Amino acid sequence: MSAIDTTLKDAIGMQTNKGILAWLLSRQVFWIFLATVVACIALSVLTDSFDTPRNIYNVSRNFAFVGIIALGMTAVIICGGIDLSVGSTVLISAMVTTMTMHWGAPLWIGLPAGIAAGTLVGLINGFLIAYAGMQPFVVTLGMMSIARSLGMVLSNNQLISSFGPDSKLLFAVGGGAINIGTVPIPTPVVVLVVLAIITAFLFRWTRWGRYLYAIGGNEKAAILTGVPVRLVKLSVYAFVGFLASVTGFLELGWLGTVSTGLGNGMELTVIAATVIGGANLAGGIGTAFGAVIGAALIEVIRNSLILLGVSTFWHGTFVGTFIVLAVAFDRLRDKETGE
Amino acid sequence: MTTVLELENISKHFGAIRALDDVSLALNAGDVVGLVGDNGAGKSTLVKIIAGNFPPSGGTVKIAGKTETLTSPADARSKGIEIVYQDLALADNLTAAANIFLGREKTNRFGVLDYKGMYQRAGELFTELKSETRPRDLVRRMSGGQRQAVAIARTRLSDPKIVLMDEPTAAISVRQVAEVLALIHRLKEQGIAVILISHRIPDIFAVCDRLVVLRRGTKVGDKRVADSSPEEVTGLITGAIERA
Repeated sequence: MSAIDTTLKDAIGMQTNKGILAWLLSRQVFWIFLATVVACIALSVLTDSFDTPRNIYNVSRNFAFVGIIALGMTAVIICGGIDLSVGSTVLISAMVTTMTMHWGAPLWIGLPAGIAAGTLVGLINGFLIAYAGMQPFVVTLGMMSIARSLGMVLSNNQLISSFGPDSKLLFAVGGGAINIGTVPIPTPVVVLVVLAIITAFLFRWTRWGRYLYAIGGNEKAAILTGVPVRLVKLSVYAFVGFLASVTGFLELGWLGTVSTGLGNGMELTVIAATVIGGANLAGGIGTAFGAVIGAALIEVIRNSLILLGVSTFWHGTFVGTFIVLAVAFDRLRDKETGE
Repeated sequence: MTTVLELENISKHFGAIRALDDVSLALNAGDVVGLVGDNGAGKSTLVKIIAGNFPPSGGTVKIAGKTETLTSPADARSKGIEIVYQDLALADNLTAAANIFLGREKTNRFGVLDYKGMYQRAGELFTELKSETRPRDLVRRMSGGQRQAVAIARTRLSDPKIVLMDEPTAAISVRQVAEVLALIHRLKEQGIAVILISHRIPDIFAVCDRLVVLRRGTKVGDKRVADSSPEEVTGLITGAIERA
């Protein structure tokens, strides 16, 4: 009896990976994290301007906008989808908040209205993909065009910068900071950290998270085992739409106005951050932490080029190289495990 | 002996094609029935009807004496029918335990996944199956036999009345075949009825009590394995023997 107990315990306790170090080394997100840290240390040594509180403050706020959406994009990519409409969702949600507040509504109406608009965009994407069985790429490509166009229509080609009675509050949320001790942390960064913790929890500790990975790994198996595949897919696009509208709201407060170009091309930066952070476009793989680190690395690269006096035209080259490296790493690891 | 599954005059037509024609079959608790037939004989159609993938065009399905309409695989599962699919229906990127519990994860009362409980139960199931599979291993890194063990362990999670196995011994090593057959014996001991679909006649003779032969959509043989022979079965499958 006791012998069986021991072997059972051994079997349950055993993992394929030998130890923490080997496990870390096999993680793409670990290497990206290392690259980001090394870049930050190098910049602190090489320049006087990187490790100033002001610069760190700006860098962290800038990547928070992309990072928040990258959390949702990671969820979409884990379950084997893609969402090209997030940049336009940022615009439409910011525009809805702008218009409602411009007409005199308070923040507590303007904010939910914008969030509802963005989430609705996600729900429509999700419905067409999950229930009508359409291709995510095509559906969200269409939505990218529609949402941006509607945002433009809504603005009526005006540049609005008056936001009614709650305008100060709006600017304070998006452009402000929360003091932790004596250190001011930009509000978007605080929001990113909170959302990242929630997302990481959802991925690892809930059925919803488990189903995302299962659908991305083998959708047919998920259907056969009774996973509510359609509902999960619907929810995941609504989730990314929600996060895009949170970013829309924060960016609106930071910028103090909305131009119709808001969020233009942002979907590609978000997807880049997600892929650099270790999500696999084939589905089934990705982490919340990776999404944040991927977004951080992209912003650190951009910032470092400016500080080092290198033309920002080089930005794309560096980001692109990291994307290719990330995928190459994936291939290399697969080879090692015999595939 | 209680009858767990009765199929009465089951037919299935796809347009003008008669995939199944008037097939009747009864299964008692603890029966291990081999279902054999050539490609296109109607085996998978019959299995899909029992598994709830699609309804029959005619006839009735009774489970434990009650007439049932199976609307989906999940519905069939909730009525005590478990299936081991030929491609096993496993997600490669998940662990063995995650696959076993897929679609019916253990959670605590706050809806948080109970990893410890799931690893524990998965480990027990593998021990019961005398399999070397480890609950925390990713399915991607497993051998064919280990994958099979995961798929079979999954059926043991609930307390099924009937387990359908679609070609479980087709793609695994000889040693693993013996293990799978031993497992089928263990299911039988617990009063579970097993339907084994296989091309491997020796496996049928090693483990089944009864065998049912389908040819071109009709049942041409239903007899005790002890009263039959591999030669007769082959004759029935090919049509060299008309009926037995």
